[in-house]
Amino acid sequence: MRIGVFVCHCGSNIAATVDSAAVAAAARDFDEVVFSTDTMYTCSEPGQTGIIEAIKTHALDGVVVAACSPRMHEPTFRRAVERAGVNRYMVEMANIREHVSWIGKDKEANTNKATELVRMAVEKLRLNRPLFPKTFKATRRVLVIGGGVAGIQTALDCAEAGLEVVMVERESTIGGKMAKLDKTFPTVDCSSCILGPKMVDVAQHPNITLYASAEVEAVSGFVGNFEVTIRKKVTCVDWEKCTGCGLCTEKCPSKKAYNRFDEGVGPTTAINIPFPQAIPKKAVIDKEFCRYFTTGKCGVCAKICPTGAINYEQQEELAQEKVGAIVAATGYDLFDWRAYGEYGAGRYPDVISSLQYERMLSASGPTGGHIKRPSDGKEPKTVVFIQCVGSRDASIGRPYCSGFCCMYTAKQAILTKDHIPDSQSYVFYMDIRAPGKAYDEFTRRAMEEYGAQYVRGRVALIYPKGDKLVVRGTDTLMSSQVEVEADLVVLAAGAEAARNASGLAEKLHISYDTYGFFVEGHPKLRPVETNTAGVFLAGACQGPKDIPSSVAQGSAAAAKVLGLLSKDVLESDPQIAQVTLQRCIGCGKCIRVCPFQAIRETDFRGQRKAEVIEAVCQGCGLCNATCPQGAIQLSHFTDNQVLAEVEALCRC
Amino acid sequence: MSVLEGKERRIIGFLCNWCSYGGADTAGVGRFSQPTDLRIIRVPCSGRINPLFIIKALLSGADGVLVSGCHPRDCHYAEGNFYARRRLEMCKQLLPAVGIDPLRFEYTWVSASEGQRWQQVVTDFTAQIHQLPPALRFSESPDLELLRQCG
Amino acid sequence: MASSPLAYYPGCSGLGTSMEYDRSTRAVCEALGIPLKDIPDWSCCGSTPAHTVDHALSTALSARNLIQAETIGLSDIATPCPSCLKNLKTAMARWQDPKIGPAAEKLLGKSLQERHRVRSVLQVLYEELGPEALAAKVSRPLAGLKVVPYYGCLMTRPKDLMDFDDEEYPVSMDRLLEAAGAEVLPFPLKVECCGASMGIPLNKAVTRLSGKILELAASLGADAVAVACPLCQMNLDLRQGQVEKANHAIYKLPVFYYTQLLGLALGLPERDLGLSKLNVNPEPALALIRQSRPKPAAETAATTEDAA
Repeated sequence: MRIGVFVCHCGSNIAATVDSAAVAAAARDFDEVVFSTDTMYTCSEPGQTGIIEAIKTHALDGVVVAACSPRMHEPTFRRAVERAGVNRYMVEMANIREHVSWIGKDKEANTNKATELVRMAVEKLRLNRPLFPKTFKATRRVLVIGGGVAGIQTALDCAEAGLEVVMVERESTIGGKMAKLDKTFPTVDCSSCILGPKMVDVAQHPNITLYASAEVEAVSGFVGNFEVTIRKKVTCVDWEKCTGCGLCTEKCPSKKAYNRFDEGVGPTTAINIPFPQAIPKKAVIDKEFCRYFTTGKCGVCAKICPTGAINYEQQEELAQEKVGAIVAATGYDLFDWRAYGEYGAGRYPDVISSLQYERMLSASGPTGGHIKRPSDGKEPKTVVFIQCVGSRDASIGRPYCSGFCCMYTAKQAILTKDHIPDSQSYVFYMDIRAPGKAYDEFTRRAMEEYGAQYVRGRVALIYPKGDKLVVRGTDTLMSSQVEVEADLVVLAAGAEAARNASGLAEKLHISYDTYGFFVEGHPKLRPVETNTAGVFLAGACQGPKDIPSSVAQGSAAAAKVLGLLSKDVLESDPQIAQVTLQRCIGCGKCIRVCPFQAIRETDFRGQRKAEVIEAVCQGCGLCNATCPQGAIQLSHFTDNQVLAEVEALCRC
Repeated sequence: MSVLEGKERRIIGFLCNWCSYGGADTAGVGRFSQPTDLRIIRVPCSGRINPLFIIKALLSGADGVLVSGCHPRDCHYAEGNFYARRRLEMCKQLLPAVGIDPLRFEYTWVSASEGQRWQQVVTDFTAQIHQLPPALRFSESPDLELLRQCG
Repeated sequence: MASSPLAYYPGCSGLGTSMEYDRSTRAVCEALGIPLKDIPDWSCCGSTPAHTVDHALSTALSARNLIQAETIGLSDIATPCPSCLKNLKTAMARWQDPKIGPAAEKLLGKSLQERHRVRSVLQVLYEELGPEALAAKVSRPLAGLKVVPYYGCLMTRPKDLMDFDDEEYPVSMDRLLEAAGAEVLPFPLKVECCGASMGIPLNKAVTRLSGKILELAASLGADAVAVACPLCQMNLDLRQGQVEKANHAIYKLPVFYYTQLLGLALGLPERDLGLSKLNVNPEPALALIRQSRPKPAAETAATTEDAA
């Protein structure tokens, strides 16, 4: 092999603490290295041209680039060598920036370490073999998981561009959190008026198939060819027949069911349609409260339904869909503020969450848009808002900022004054975070025009006093203790990852962070991609986001899907496991450990052998480490290659 | 010269590409300074690591081996690190049987966002290795010499 | 239950203002089979005055009692008083401080030998005996008595030093009183300050702060307050008249030491519990308890057998 080594300066990023020229000089003595040089910016156009020139001049068939992390620029250099006619897998990178120059200042030690890493890369490269991707046909359909505003945006954008879209929503209606909001900041637009038409578009678009009251059960396959199993939950109503007339909800005798759409503010009927603009507008029976199921006697809805849609014996169904790409848009859930004992841990009826308050403000909500204390139905005159409940608080394991609470609290303070002109709002805040277009002006209006009293400090305790609640906090600007006797306390509960987000992440093979939010491909440059090809993110499932950002990301995810599926054929990654038939003893251990069912048993001249399904193998190498014979080897990371790296490091 | 005599020890890290290698990158991007002893070998998954690699490294004269993968339940390949956890724990238990101080080997979990944690892991492990005497290669073992003398 | 005795430190107030706390604590511990052995020749822990003027002096005064416990071969120490507890624990921590430890040692002419374990009697009852075991020994449940538990500032705070229960919302006394059959009301102000020793220099601080506590307790419909601290008890009970006057309110809330209530539930004679020492008349609350029927004898016998 004729190997060329290129040691990058990365301006001063590497060269400040690594003697790149010395590394290049040392590399000339390594086995099979015929050319070595140092360049200012290897990834720049002249840098890449330099590699191509050197390949041609010195007839190189392998290249080592000592520069930044391969997670950063490996694809760049693979493309560069390919342009010079060398197989793209004949490149190795030595990470001398993130792992050397940036973490230590000792130039001697750094230069020595960088040289070592180059030696290691050369030794691995010597055992590299050219690999060739296979092409396969892609299914030009996309699955959108979650029907909140982000998912709706993705679905509509994809559908408009001609892709078939499958949308799966856990609840019986799409709309997500936005559908529960009364108004949106900073324009104080009616939330359902701007979301409603989009929801209708989803229902009516010929390219969109909607599964509501359904969840993703399993995902198999890979980019371009995912097989998705969707579990349709039991609604006890045949949605083919249900017209959404609502007769059943009027006659249902069980009127104390927990109202999930209204966050428990006011009850609903056991058979219900969440809200008037629900999409699909179909009834669902809540078995926990339905008299037919709790007492065995009732059946009123079945008698009254004009289309005979009620089916108490309905069973779960599984549906199969083939898609080429998946967009996760599962949103967030509210932090369960009962973790705060000092706010009563849920014991005081007049301490409510921001989303409950939102339902109370909504004209189509349980109180008809009238603000009422849950305890006695009276109109509150003093309303205290407490921000950062479950945000920026390491003591309850939520150190991050939820981002949008400052804004919705300002909105709620404004709406409170609108609803009850002689009311007074107090807002306890830590810092006001309003870095959006017209956002800061909005919070100023809450204070200046609407007279909300903003108190900078945390609330230490809420306790009842007569029919009021004493809210005690500090005013850190005045260095004093503040006590407000409130009629109603609204907690700006922070955002946390949606219920069982981690379970979905595991099905999709994508990463999630400590808090359950899905991890994007790169925090800056790949915000809607994941590290799993063909799986994208939209909205608050990636981290707390307000509506404009969720919509923007929904469109961005759609653009990525459209880009991916604009081609009829895709290329597979050839860094996969391969079986050496002579060594395979057919023990089947690899088949058992493979997380992707990518290995199957075959018969080879009457003998049991393992066979890798190339399109399914993801290249984890579990089988490689399991095989007692070393018969199955992960291309590009073979046992011999790893051992060659070990050897290179241990050689004196 | 593989390591700087007197200053460094020979420490090899096996890191999974998706979490820990990313975590080490994050530590670099954050300029979290670390000892220079560690050399990192990138593998796709901690489940790819054959305990043989670790033993081989230690018998070839590595002073320490550090393995790091994704946190359990957060494997890019769904379950690779569960296999890794069993194998690595078993490997650690077995090291005394081959005459290797188990303190020379540690395994841990670091996610791609945990740059600071990575800095701590590297600093602690390097300090731990510096507490131990330099490793002998298998070929330099006094026991081996004894065996030879015994014929 | 540990059979080796605990070194018992009554604290000065146990001989005076909180005699009934000391008496009921001893009676309850005896009934529950927790042997207490007085620290011989114990002295004042230094209380608030010592640590406000001189840390070495305060440390020496408290540490002396720990050293005295060593003379009878005990290092597991219990005290009913949270303020004494805080001083004893602080002394152990400060003994390690190179600026304070040697100075205290010089003052005493003696050294602290062992790693002592100092706990409140409440912690001992909660952690070593536990509510379930207590419930098994209750013969006259406090049924019908609505009580609010009041822990005071010090029982759980500062958290790192006291290392017991939740520092902002402790529940140990709640659980013990529930085990004794009382109806324990959730009480948000259970660790609020009662005004402490401000009663003398700034009386209105006490009438305001203790007033809040009594006001809330009364508004929740409590029949009694249960406390674990002599000073809290004094402010809420002895000064209740002052508080009522300052706040233009009438509470008439008896303030029991929780040990007195446990004693009643265990069927101990009222005279052993020092109920006559209380200022606010406890009779209405006691009448509620007396209405409650004793547990059936068979059940009591069975549980006694189990315990044996």
